[in-house]
Amino acid sequence: MTMLPPPSPKKLGLVIDLDICVGCHACAVACKEWNDGGQFGPLPDEHAYGKQPLGVWFNRVHSYEVAKEGERASNAMTIHFPRSCLHCETPDCVTVCPTGASYKRADDGIVLVDENKCIGCQLCAWACAYGAREFSEERGVMQKCTLCVDRIYNETFEEYDRQPACVMACPTRARHFGDLGDANSGVSKLVAERGGYDLMPETGYKPVNKYLPPRPRKDASVSTVAIESETAVDFSTASPALRWIDKLLSR
Amino acid sequence: MRPTFSIIFFTVVSGCGFGLLFLAGAILCVAPSVLSRHATLAALALGVGFAAAGLSSSLLHLGQPQRAWRALSQWRSSWLSHEGVASLATFVPVAILFVVVWNGSGAFRVVAAFVAVLSAITVVCTSGIYTSLKPIRAWSNAWVLPAYLSLAGASAACWLWLLTTAFDRTSFAAWLVVALCALGAIVKVGYWRFVDSYVGESTPESATGLGRFGTVRTFEAPHTEENYLTREMGFVLARKHAAKLRAIAFALFAVLPAACAILSLLFDTSIAFAALASISVMSGLFVERWLFFAQARHKVMLFYTRYDRA
Repeated sequence: MTMLPPPSPKKLGLVIDLDICVGCHACAVACKEWNDGGQFGPLPDEHAYGKQPLGVWFNRVHSYEVAKEGERASNAMTIHFPRSCLHCETPDCVTVCPTGASYKRADDGIVLVDENKCIGCQLCAWACAYGAREFSEERGVMQKCTLCVDRIYNETFEEYDRQPACVMACPTRARHFGDLGDANSGVSKLVAERGGYDLMPETGYKPVNKYLPPRPRKDASVSTVAIESETAVDFSTASPALRWIDKLLSR
Repeated sequence: MRPTFSIIFFTVVSGCGFGLLFLAGAILCVAPSVLSRHATLAALALGVGFAAAGLSSSLLHLGQPQRAWRALSQWRSSWLSHEGVASLATFVPVAILFVVVWNGSGAFRVVAAFVAVLSAITVVCTSGIYTSLKPIRAWSNAWVLPAYLSLAGASAACWLWLLTTAFDRTSFAAWLVVALCALGAIVKVGYWRFVDSYVGESTPESATGLGRFGTVRTFEAPHTEENYLTREMGFVLARKHAAKLRAIAFALFAVLPAACAILSLLFDTSIAFAALASISVMSGLFVERWLFFAQARHKVMLFYTRYDRA
């Protein structure tokens, strides 16, 4: 049934640290690699070597330039922004599904697609404001992030390997996996400490995944290195030795 | 949103079909003497034909059409499922009504009432598929339901007029054409005014949560080629063409059919006018429905900073 289950105490999800993400796309590539061969694969590409390749990815990394109006270009922030399924608490992608293929697990809150039931009507992708779902023309079904459900519960793996592929691959540890329903979990503490936030909260879908904001950057306009005023350097406050050299060179 | 022909055909033609079943059912229930036996049977047959053609077309949109029966399973939660169940349920009283009218005897008024109510519910469900999609403000608003209902009615009235002119040589349906085309025109103009004026609540800043640091612009896109999202949700229509296409749609689905009906009421009931009105209203609704998709902005495109608001 694609009615939403009652809220689960366990809310598995990701916390993504925008302060340290360097935009290397390793998470996206590792995701594609794991899921292409995993339980929910393949993730086929069309015309992979053609002029207009098109394929399913569960994870996309945007790069933004963020600056206040009228601010110097040197003060603009470059922020890399991985975007994937947020495993929302009350998502419409589940309730619009006519077949029951799109569902939210009652025990851990992971949102999945049962590819054997999906008819490929694509209504769930239209209902998602976050672009989490991509339709595979080749397979005729909708595909999405599984939170690597075939890794995180996989007992043939060592315990430290039971994490989503994107988290394992991140070279800067910008991605964290855990239970956001447990206030004492590592990810929940991280969210509380760093002011983790929801994307587009106005949708009312209540995303589980949280994003950690970039820390404030140094303001380049008040830098101690006054790059632009080199012709008018004030030597009156400089050391006696520098003042003597200035005097000598100014002759 | 990308306009897909199979869905445009589905909403326009099945809307007209269920509209025709509604009008036939409602007239038989309220004033059965107005429609002759032949006109009634023809209206029911054409209504079922249009409804079935529209529903079949919707299957072409599916990635796995052979599993379409599964779409009936989530009748408690999904509008698409509501639509499927309601449309199939409508065919039951229609079949009974057809047999009753064919035999010329029986309690057809009750059955006709069922046909009318279920047909109307089906069109409500069709619009519900779109109004339930919150990331698309051009769809999830109060104008969409009245637009689907009135335009289904307007197109159905034209075809009913054609049938009654052909079989009964009566002109009452021309009045229906004038009334329902006028209603459809008012609602659609109201809808267009709404979609031109609403201020979307979401921005690239709210989508990324980075508004506190300033204006968010794309520095580098996540992929160099198109993907499913940009192809499906990123369809953009030039504004100047939209204005022209709206005028064309309006002339074809409202002005021309109503003018045909008025002229034939003033002068002589002509089957040519009724045929012209029927073709015109369908062409106009295809353009109107194409615009309904092409002009709808999806919030996901905010991540690609395609729009300032959505």
